[in-house]
Amino acid sequence: MADTGAAIELVDLTKHYPGNPRPSVDGVTMRIRAGETVVFVGPSGCGKSTTLKMINRLIEPSSGSVRINGEDVTGLDPVKLRREIGYAIQSSGLFPHMTVAQNIALVPRLAGWSGRRVRARVTEMLELVGLDPGEFRDRYPRRLSGGQQQRVGVARALAADPPVLLMDEPFGAVDPVTRGHLQDELLRLQRELRKTIVFVTHDIDEAIKLGDRIAVLGERSRIAQFDTPEAILAHPADDFVSAFVGTGAALRRLDLTRLRDLDGTGCPTAHQGEPIQQVRGRLRASAADEMLLLDRRGRPLRWLRREDLAHTEGPLTEAGTPVGGTVTRDATLREALEAVLTDSAGRVAITGPNGVYAGAVHLEGLLDTVRGLLAADRRRAREHQEELEATRPGPTLPEAEEVTAGRVEGDTAGRPEGQAAGRPEGEAAGRPQGQAAGRPEGDAAGRPQGEAAGRPQGGAAGRPAGEATASPAGSGATGIPEADIAEEPEGDAVGSAG
Amino acid sequence: MSAPPGTAPGADATSAAPGTPVAPASPYPSGSPDGSPGAAPAPYEARPLRITWRKLTLLPSLLVVVLVSTWLWFRHAELDAISANALANGQVWLALRQHIALTAVSTFFVLVIAVPLGVLLTRRRFRAATPFVRAVANAGQATPAIGLLALLVIWLGIGRTAALTGMIAYAVLPVLSNTMAGLRANEPTLLEAARGIGMSPAEVLTRVELPLAVPLILAGVRTALVLNVGTATLAAFGGGGGLGVLITTGITNQRVPVLVLGSILTVALALLVDWLASLAEVLLRPRGLEEGP
Repeated sequence: MADTGAAIELVDLTKHYPGNPRPSVDGVTMRIRAGETVVFVGPSGCGKSTTLKMINRLIEPSSGSVRINGEDVTGLDPVKLRREIGYAIQSSGLFPHMTVAQNIALVPRLAGWSGRRVRARVTEMLELVGLDPGEFRDRYPRRLSGGQQQRVGVARALAADPPVLLMDEPFGAVDPVTRGHLQDELLRLQRELRKTIVFVTHDIDEAIKLGDRIAVLGERSRIAQFDTPEAILAHPADDFVSAFVGTGAALRRLDLTRLRDLDGTGCPTAHQGEPIQQVRGRLRASAADEMLLLDRRGRPLRWLRREDLAHTEGPLTEAGTPVGGTVTRDATLREALEAVLTDSAGRVAITGPNGVYAGAVHLEGLLDTVRGLLAADRRRAREHQEELEATRPGPTLPEAEEVTAGRVEGDTAGRPEGQAAGRPEGEAAGRPQGQAAGRPEGDAAGRPQGEAAGRPQGGAAGRPAGEATASPAGSGATGIPEADIAEEPEGDAVGSAG
Repeated sequence: MSAPPGTAPGADATSAAPGTPVAPASPYPSGSPDGSPGAAPAPYEARPLRITWRKLTLLPSLLVVVLVSTWLWFRHAELDAISANALANGQVWLALRQHIALTAVSTFFVLVIAVPLGVLLTRRRFRAATPFVRAVANAGQATPAIGLLALLVIWLGIGRTAALTGMIAYAVLPVLSNTMAGLRANEPTLLEAARGIGMSPAEVLTRVELPLAVPLILAGVRTALVLNVGTATLAAFGGGGGLGVLITTGITNQRVPVLVLGSILTVALALLVDWLASLAEVLLRPRGLEEGP
């Protein structure tokens, strides 16, 4: 057992149930890194739970293998294996005839820990999941709320300090508010513990919130996409994934980045009591139109614009406009956008601990940032998707499926450009998106004047990648990207570049 | 009522009940209502009283009244020679002890047979045998007890063995079916959770499945006990002794006092056993499974 997680590798994992001609889980191959949270998400009955249960062999795989830290566990004693893997399920799975302490102590007891060590561990676990040991230790599960039960369930799963934690829709049965709290708690726990967590849910929002990476599973647990939440939102691999992700992907992307993750959020500042000449000079020297006046403890007090400074005679604390709303550094970009949109002047101060100034965001700056993030996401997603396609075993998929996959690929790449061209007035806005989708390095070169030069380059960079994606399918698949190229006016340029 | 004789190993479940340390642990006022009084706000400090005073005292005091009045009646009754003879030399005590022993021993064997059988039949490997075993157990109970006893006496001869065998065959079914029902009522997801956290099949059975099935199993045991007190009266026909001897003597000799004494003692014993079993049901039910808030 270890403090940190273990890597898990699923190799061609398949489950056939007798009497069912098609496998329930068909050749799942994936690599889960140590200390990472991977969420299996997919529609009901897609086999995600079955896949999860094959990891701790609650369900024996029909073929394929599971390796944990390189060791093939399909031959181990399942009881021993499961003691090294935490397991938490929906509606907690607590045993009603045991107290909270007895439930948590179960696995350590089974593992033969001493009584004193077990007791200490129970206390530690209860504190870890935010329950007061004195109050809850001797309660029976019946006397706990759903959220508290779920916390105990997680505590029990973690009690023997397993490197791997499997969670099967653990928060499915609690109300949305409690679920949100539990998700936050899990994120906090995971920051401390760095276990390898495999989490099953059918709620894409939960997956986006919790996952370091998300595996979107289709029928028979086929991996439709396995990537970071950002990439899945920005660039769904196919129609299935985009239907599953649903609408508003760009807006939801805003939830994934917090202000503290950004750099370059700031504005000139002045301190209360500073001579006005000095303050004027500083604002003039900067490119900004506005600066923040901070109080003696460094907290934002007032916004000072150039005009305010030019005309004011009295103390700085009466110039300009008072700071309205502020956001913390922990706010998500969505919260920041909300604050910026609500603010009459379209900017808002960021505060750190104790309300101390930590920066400021403007509407324009925020939009630029988001565009940049989305473009970067898309670029990464395409790269990952290509890797996944390359590792997917060719013969298991029927040729027809491969061809449709290839076409979808071509479609999603081509569509944004077409839209941008179709709407001349939307070109300036649409362009960066379309280019990011079409060409990885299109951002810098993506201005209208650079278009003639940019297009063939982008085509040269983008197309061969598309071919590589489709090539395992054989000649039938490669035909489609070629047809696409032929339709484009710049087909010559591509030809010469190639 | 006298203590069960030492030859009755099956009595431990019932006789242990009043002595279980849980009951006197919480000195609640006698006026507390049924269920688990006032425990909701501080469940940790004040464990709810599991047995109310009314339940604890009502039936015993009733029995004492009945037995004392019977005794008073006998003191002033004029018994003829036949009646006096039938009741002399501690024969009443002997019959009572035999009766208790019959009940206890048969219940013990019922438990030893029916609970493991119930466990076995709920295991996946033996599930196929369930209909067959059920048919046999059903037949055991459907056969009229007296007819079964007659057949067994023909087979095994006069004596306690035949009587006990009949009683056991008669009482296996309620315990068996309740054990199976209790084990089957366990939520599959809970059992999967038990396996999932690393419990071996034996640990799942002993730490999760059986404790959770205890309430239903105990209900079956209680039924079996009361059945056995009743069928033990029939043991007299097969030479097995018990209070049935008094009843048959009273009927064949047309001596009402003897008949009445035998009947009253049988009824009192049945009520007492049922009461003890109900206490055991409450006390042995795992904490955390109680109803209420």
